[in-house]
Amino acid sequence: MPALSEILVAALLLASGVIVLVAALGLWRLPDFFLRMHAPALASTLAAWLITFASIIHFSTRGAGLALHVWLIIIVLSITAPVTTIVLARAALFRRRQAGDPLPPPMQSRS
Amino acid sequence: MSDLLSLAITTTLVLYALAMVIALARLFRGPSAQDRVLAMDFIYVVGMLVMLALAIRYDSEMYFEGALLMVLFGFVSSVALAKFLLRGEVI
Repeated sequence: MPALSEILVAALLLASGVIVLVAALGLWRLPDFFLRMHAPALASTLAAWLITFASIIHFSTRGAGLALHVWLIIIVLSITAPVTTIVLARAALFRRRQAGDPLPPPMQSRS
Repeated sequence: MSDLLSLAITTTLVLYALAMVIALARLFRGPSAQDRVLAMDFIYVVGMLVMLALAIRYDSEMYFEGALLMVLFGFVSSVALAKFLLRGEVI
């Protein structure tokens, strides 16, 4: 009978793997580039959080105290992922405008 | 390490590899250049997750530095490629 912490770590790992697979399927199946940009965010937020919790639990239950340094990866990722997305979205808009392809409709202003 | 954890890590790595293969198909297919950049960024993130899973698998904290470096290199390369798409030059 494995320990409770190992069951928890295994469940978190499997959830992370399934979510990354869902993100990849979204990257493959969604029809437009601006729709496709949404899918990888699933991998860089939820899947990264889940595997971070898994490794925090795993390394904290070895008896060497709380191991929180994995958190650094989450912090760096949550700073860099939005910057990448914004720069890439602006590049895609610019290229579409240059090529004369149809743009996504502008946001509705709410009054 | 128990059988359960070992099996879970193997399954997770297989799922990650499958996701990377799908993203690689998107990278080869395109259709536009920004799709390829997006797929490469995704592959970088999944590679970072693979490093974290290997850290649990081999019970070593050395993998965290690798994962951190992978996040930073992925960020720099994606921003450089996006900047290149925007202007035709990097800086």
